[in-house]
Amino acid sequence: MSHAAVAHHTSTGLDSRKIAFWTFIGSECLLFGSLIATYLVYQGRSVSGPTTHEILNIPLTSISTFDLLMSSLAMVLALAAVQRGDRTWTRVWLATTALLGAVFLGFQAYEFQHFVHEGLGFTTSLFGSTFFTLTGFHGAHVFVGVLWLLTLLVRSFQGKLGPAKALNVEIAGLYWHFVDVVWIVIFTVVYLIQTTPLPAA
Amino acid sequence: MARAFSRRFRASPWLAGLVLATPLVLAACSGDPYPQSTLHPASGVGEAIDALYRNIFWWAVAVFVVVQTALVYTLIRFRARPGGPEARQIHGNTLVEITWTLAPAAIIIAIAVPTIRTIFDVKGDGPPDALQVEVIGHQWWWEYRYPALGIATANELHLPQGRPVVLAITSADVIHSFWAPKLHGKRDAMPGRVTHLAFTPDSVDTYLGQCAEFCGASHANMRLRVVVQAPADFEAWAARQAEVAAVDSTQALVLAGEAAFKKIRDPGAHSCIVCHTMAGVSGGVAGPNLSHVGSRSTIASGLLPNDSAGLARWLRDPLGEKPGSLMPRIDLTDDEIAALVAYLGSRK
Amino acid sequence: MATTAMPHPETAAPAAPTGLWSWVTTTDHKRIGILYGVTAFFFFLVGGLEALVIRLQLGAPGNTLVSAEAYNQLFTMHGTTMVFLALMPLSAAFFNFIIPLQIGARDVAFPRLNAFSYWVFLLGGLFMNASFFVGPLFGADTLSVAPNGGWFGYANLTSSQYSPGPNIDFWVIGLQILGIASLAAGFNFITTIINLRAPGMSLMRMPVFTWMSFVTQFLIVTAFPVITIGVVFLMFDRFFGTTFYNVAAGGDVLLWQHLFWLFGHPEVYILILPAMGIVSEVLPTFSRKPLFGYAVVVYSGVLIGVVGWGVWAHHMFSVGLGPIADSVFSASTMLIAVPTGVKIFNWIGTLWGGRLEFRPPMLFAVGFVSLFIIGGISGVMHASPPADLQQTDTYFVVAHFHYVLFGGTVSGLFAGMYYWWPKVFGRTLRDGLGKLHFWLMFVGMNLTFFPMHFSGLLGMPRRIYTYGPELGVATYNLVSTIGALLTGVAMLVFLWNVLVSRRGAAAGPNPWNAATLEWATSSPPPVYNFSVIPTVKDGLPLWREGGMEPSPLPAVPPAPIHVPGGSIWPLCTAVGIVVIGVGGLMHQSLWPSLGTALAGAALTVVSIYQWAFEPFEV
Repeated sequence: MSHAAVAHHTSTGLDSRKIAFWTFIGSECLLFGSLIATYLVYQGRSVSGPTTHEILNIPLTSISTFDLLMSSLAMVLALAAVQRGDRTWTRVWLATTALLGAVFLGFQAYEFQHFVHEGLGFTTSLFGSTFFTLTGFHGAHVFVGVLWLLTLLVRSFQGKLGPAKALNVEIAGLYWHFVDVVWIVIFTVVYLIQTTPLPAA
Repeated sequence: MARAFSRRFRASPWLAGLVLATPLVLAACSGDPYPQSTLHPASGVGEAIDALYRNIFWWAVAVFVVVQTALVYTLIRFRARPGGPEARQIHGNTLVEITWTLAPAAIIIAIAVPTIRTIFDVKGDGPPDALQVEVIGHQWWWEYRYPALGIATANELHLPQGRPVVLAITSADVIHSFWAPKLHGKRDAMPGRVTHLAFTPDSVDTYLGQCAEFCGASHANMRLRVVVQAPADFEAWAARQAEVAAVDSTQALVLAGEAAFKKIRDPGAHSCIVCHTMAGVSGGVAGPNLSHVGSRSTIASGLLPNDSAGLARWLRDPLGEKPGSLMPRIDLTDDEIAALVAYLGSRK
Repeated sequence: MATTAMPHPETAAPAAPTGLWSWVTTTDHKRIGILYGVTAFFFFLVGGLEALVIRLQLGAPGNTLVSAEAYNQLFTMHGTTMVFLALMPLSAAFFNFIIPLQIGARDVAFPRLNAFSYWVFLLGGLFMNASFFVGPLFGADTLSVAPNGGWFGYANLTSSQYSPGPNIDFWVIGLQILGIASLAAGFNFITTIINLRAPGMSLMRMPVFTWMSFVTQFLIVTAFPVITIGVVFLMFDRFFGTTFYNVAAGGDVLLWQHLFWLFGHPEVYILILPAMGIVSEVLPTFSRKPLFGYAVVVYSGVLIGVVGWGVWAHHMFSVGLGPIADSVFSASTMLIAVPTGVKIFNWIGTLWGGRLEFRPPMLFAVGFVSLFIIGGISGVMHASPPADLQQTDTYFVVAHFHYVLFGGTVSGLFAGMYYWWPKVFGRTLRDGLGKLHFWLMFVGMNLTFFPMHFSGLLGMPRRIYTYGPELGVATYNLVSTIGALLTGVAMLVFLWNVLVSRRGAAAGPNPWNAATLEWATSSPPPVYNFSVIPTVKDGLPLWREGGMEPSPLPAVPPAPIHVPGGSIWPLCTAVGIVVIGVGGLMHQSLWPSLGTALAGAALTVVSIYQWAFEPFEV
């Protein structure tokens, strides 16, 4: 007799894990919102160290952004594959998503060490502190996501990721897309819109 | 101000009974028993704040009386009694809900309008000819600078009666809050920011206050005094502060004290001249300016009386008097202490 | 999939497992509720002792009972303990035990996550309080290195420059640990309330306690991330030298205040709404009539939660934000008084026309209403910035928030304890001792906090370890101290009541003849809560003819009920997280710190994987 959670009656007809995860995402919006707001409030107020104009590399970061966007596409394809029971393509697309995520992390690692080399460290200035904390939190989220995807990949190879378990991939997908959307916001706010600083209070 | 308060109470004695502390507050109207009271303002701004507060206070009393009476009445009238009626199975009443939503909203508006008016009345702008004073909070003392008069002092803020003053307030370390309740509400002193209080002191008097934002070990000991003087007296005080107090060379103890003050000690940080400014002698900035310390009525930021006993206590054990004090315990002999007391006392 | 621990009975109803291990591995919301309640009450007594020492110190001017440093630690820990280790978890005890029963569910949506929240809370509370005893381990010359920056830890006093030593590290790390517990519980209860309601239990048929708790969970999951970030910034500044609150580097100390109060104001609604929910259950029960204006009370609670996000800067009126900001926040703060007042009127409307029985739960609920009126009124006084410039950071504010948190929340929680005690433990607390407890507490509380309105207006600031006799507030302080001692006696009476009530007549399923679903099952409930999940036809299912079906519930379940087994992984994950925290405490020594943190991380990750893949079905 199977007592899977899905078989239990729920008030909305939705699986509880999906509802919980959306709540989690809502909470994470406040987390990243606070980080982004702090970045914006402190924009232009550093008293020393390299400025955004001097150090940010838009072309390079555009590539890593594209990479992350493509990883979301791979994630969508992975979910579609698992829902139709296609074992091979489930594994291909999960692996691709994880790989593209790891590539993104590689770009971040390169950028971080390059900035430090150019004189912008974690403790150098307000820009350094806010930039590295914001992008570091995001990178940590990507890292957790990559681990999650690899775990799903292993489960697939163990034959334990059939269509009945599609929700597991769907929720991982929700997480992955959220992390991608946060990056879009960060890319826009930090890299693309380098506005003049707010007047000092 | 106090008189107006008393007048209103006499007009409605039955309300006075409800306010437990009325007798005590009336007793306080003589001023002295409550030197930091917020209820006895001595400036126009203070009076505006006080008037607003009393306005809100009476609304509060009215709401309190009405609601608590309704509650108590209900509790008594509907208590279960043997043979008493069953409960009426009411679910609600839309008209009642609307009424008791709109009525409080109306009271809120009655409070909000004078509030917003007063907010704009007491914001920190003064007239262009106001006396400008810089207030800098330190752990755990107050520094005062008068840029137009070229003077710098500590712990006692002197102001002329009847002249508008603007305090530009900041901090040299952590957040403090400047609060002399009879003159104005409090304003936080923050590092990296300048805030303002603008007011005109009404009367000649000495007003007590203290730091009102937790600032570490001796937050409780960071007191302040505002001495409001008649304009002529203030001018005289300012003139003296701008001069260098001469040392009377016929006073042997004072000379010995000057020597003790200037002495380089081991460790070097224990030398007075490293931390304190004494006009004509030293320029230290870590501690209060002592050029005219003898003219102040208290020391250690309002903590001790500025007499021989108080000064001696402080010199002997600053950390014991003020926990966490940045002034270290210095190895002074009793003779040195007596000499320093004489010297510092002569710095008027 | 195979299940763990519990054999599937064919005909008999499953019984709750026994023994210490069953408690350590429990995933049963009822047991977790009891664990929360006992632990939180212990911390409530700790916080109360801290308050007593504070009051003894302040009982006379110039007193030397405790040093300045000790006092600063005491008031910091009193506030932190009461907010995070006592009041929030006492509310959580009720969320845990009562919500699934009130909505007709067998448990919460994620039982192991629920256990995880409890263990993180317990270990986090022990972590923070360990600071009282471990000074020598950090090279301090005092035994205690407890947090000493106030419960609100303003930057830049909390920087490593002005607060060297581990005190603030305990605070910063401890809050992050406790935040994890609250967030996890928030996700759990939101999902539970949305998704696990019995058939027919629409949202507008839910008991008000569940509704207010529902709003509270949304406040938790939105407010806690903000303080997490604020505290993370402080931690990075202290550990690594970042510049978030570093004025010399261009940082702004007000960033901390905004982040803290953006959390801090919703937090006070997190503290009061559950107690308001309890009062909304107790008053109707002991008035023998329904809550007056159910929908209005529910909507008011939602409105308070939402508007509560727009008032935070009323904690910053002395900062000089400018007249426009001051006016806006003054207006929003006054606005929130309206739905709050509406609730009070609806409670009085509930009593009106009723047949009032003053059993202990009712006494505490009525006490809540009366005392909250006072606290609410002083709150409206604070809403006026010019007046607040005289009131903020004085004992007037201390009076205000103790009226709403002690007179309010604590009274409400005691109302809940007396009300639901028979449901949880199967026996009712004694009425006589309950009434004595109430009156001692009511008088003691007023004696303690009413004089503070006056000492505040007479110029006594907050957070001072002593004051001079010239202020003229000595008598008020003495009266407050006497009141505090009386309140302490009241707590002893409660503990005595708990002790002597272990023996007595067994309470039936519904000793108060109340209306909501938790009273439809036995006292205490069986491990599976309801023999059959009822279909609900009314918001007062036990008071309405045909309010629920079947009625009464069958004594024995007609079909086998699966009860999930226990799991050790929530506890292990919690331990892993706290070990990471301990590693953080050691940040002055790189390799021991890193090693400890990595060991904790490894335990956490392994435990999460075990948790994810162990066979476990709800």
